[in-house]
Amino acid sequence: MARYITRRVAYSFLSLFLLSLTIFLFVRVTGDPTTLLVEPGASQADIDAMRERFGLDRSLWVQYASFVRSLVHGDFGQSFYYRTPVLELYLSRLPNSLLLALAAMAFSLLIGVPSGILAAVRVGRFWDRAGKVFSLLGLSLPSFWVGLVLILFFSVYLEWLPSSGSGTALHLLMPAFALGWYFAAAHMRLTRSSMLEVLGSDYIKLARLKGLPESLVIAKHAFKNALIPVLTLAGINLVIMINVAVVVETVFAWPGIGRLLYEGITFRDFPVVQAVVLLGGAMIVIVNLLIDILYAVIDPRIRLEA
Amino acid sequence: MSTRALLELQNLSTHYVSAKGRRVVRAVEDVSLRVAAGETLGIVGESGSGKSTLALSILRLLPPAARIPSGRMLFEGEDLLQKSDAEMRRVRGKRIAMILQDPMASLNPLFTIGDQVAEPIRVHEGATRASAWARARDLLKAVRIPSPQARLSQHPHEMSGGMRQRIVGAIGISCEPRLLIADEPTTSLDLTIQAQYLNLLRELQRAHGLALIFITHNLGIVAKMCDQLAVMYAGRVVEQGPVRQIFKAPAHPYTRALLSSIPRMSDGRQRLTAIDGQPPDLSALPPGCAFAPRCPSAFDACRAAEPPEIAGVANSRVRCWLAAPDAGRGKAGNGAL
Repeated sequence: MARYITRRVAYSFLSLFLLSLTIFLFVRVTGDPTTLLVEPGASQADIDAMRERFGLDRSLWVQYASFVRSLVHGDFGQSFYYRTPVLELYLSRLPNSLLLALAAMAFSLLIGVPSGILAAVRVGRFWDRAGKVFSLLGLSLPSFWVGLVLILFFSVYLEWLPSSGSGTALHLLMPAFALGWYFAAAHMRLTRSSMLEVLGSDYIKLARLKGLPESLVIAKHAFKNALIPVLTLAGINLVIMINVAVVVETVFAWPGIGRLLYEGITFRDFPVVQAVVLLGGAMIVIVNLLIDILYAVIDPRIRLEA
Repeated sequence: MSTRALLELQNLSTHYVSAKGRRVVRAVEDVSLRVAAGETLGIVGESGSGKSTLALSILRLLPPAARIPSGRMLFEGEDLLQKSDAEMRRVRGKRIAMILQDPMASLNPLFTIGDQVAEPIRVHEGATRASAWARARDLLKAVRIPSPQARLSQHPHEMSGGMRQRIVGAIGISCEPRLLIADEPTTSLDLTIQAQYLNLLRELQRAHGLALIFITHNLGIVAKMCDQLAVMYAGRVVEQGPVRQIFKAPAHPYTRALLSSIPRMSDGRQRLTAIDGQPPDLSALPPGCAFAPRCPSAFDACRAAEPPEIAGVANSRVRCWLAAPDAGRGKAGNGAL
């Protein structure tokens, strides 16, 4: 077991190392940030001075080595644009991302779980077919398009909801919907298949043989069992939601880490882009590591393979 | 039979119909059976002969593709096929209970034993939680679960297989049903626990005076447990009557074949006989007797028309042209197997 965990942890570090190298090189392909940071009409000497200040005059490998050295000490560097430590920026935006992800998760479960149950209970009939159309739309409509349609309808046309910004519960509604839309469909599909499997089990048959009303069979005996895999997936999806909200946060000008990443890319703010991508990657790597370990605890066969 | 029947099936058929209605599987066809109060009826047959479908038909818990196109199911004088879904729900678990093929998988892993045993009592009798749990404890004691009070608050995974089996039995008798249907309840158990469980079922039957329908493919269990026997083949009851009568003088060639395929410790001289061929496709049955293609005694009449049920000795009935008084016995040779 200890050997298995050591190996998993080693793989995790390897993934993060490769991610740091890739993102480090990729941002530098986008161009020279100093041209965006100096005032219009600045002299070549000014530009050179700024390049030197950010350490961009050194060779790539020297830059990478110093980046990794700082990382080991927990230092993500200074933002070129804001001139503040990147980690501070990141942590100040994280609560907004978390709020948005939680709201989107609540929405996706509220829609996905009941519709998945309905589809399973009425399998092959109208509600099941309607659910199939819904999940197809959910999985295939891009979130920026959903966001724009929402703004057009609720902000421009009906004038019910603010089109961008944050601060009130009303600001949260549309971004949460746009972000949760895809996940609602994913949760619906898993709920449906999980429920169908449970409904075919012997303990459901016995519950019916006991003479229980069908509502009790579904709500008590089937529901709880069907929900277990859905909640596992939802836990993973929450971490993913925090990190994939770039498009939605940009469309709705929501001040989370997704928008921070977008700004970082726009201004060629290398330290910001590197930090957001690496921290997001770290979150996902850690969740996967935890799941791998939990599976090994549950299933002895996995332990033996390692 | 002088005793009034508790359950009487009259010409019952259950078919599975494919989505477009093109394929019809005649899982149960024209079955007439009766079970008297306190009596045990054994139903035997190969896998796929319609035993389980017959059991689920009685409780009307068939999958959506199933239809019951004809027949009557009289239980205590009322036709179960005429009952509404809500009325049927009050029959299930309360007046007719059933134990499934795999009692190990029959308990919900997320709820306590007490909750699951008390559930039918609360639903059918409107008992309070406390009194239903007290009854559940007595039931566990009745099926010989040690320290029943402590077991009530445990979950199924904390019990052994034999214990879970007895708990399913306790759920079966919880509302004191008049009829208990047991669908191969011992196939997943090892032999010693199997014997204990069968003894327990007999005791419960005697104590509560309930009728038992025992579905099995084990003729040894039939000999030990049952008063009456019905042999099913391809959805039909081909022979029925008192167990002793049928074991002594089986009238149907299929029954004879079944009985000669049991190994006997007593006489090692006789060879075991296997039945040649495969059971027929229930959606494309031959025109005459369904067993004719495999029957060593078949003659012309068998392939031309389906035999009717013919009354035999001691209330037994058989579906075979050999038993008909003038069905050209001569052509069938001596009819020996």
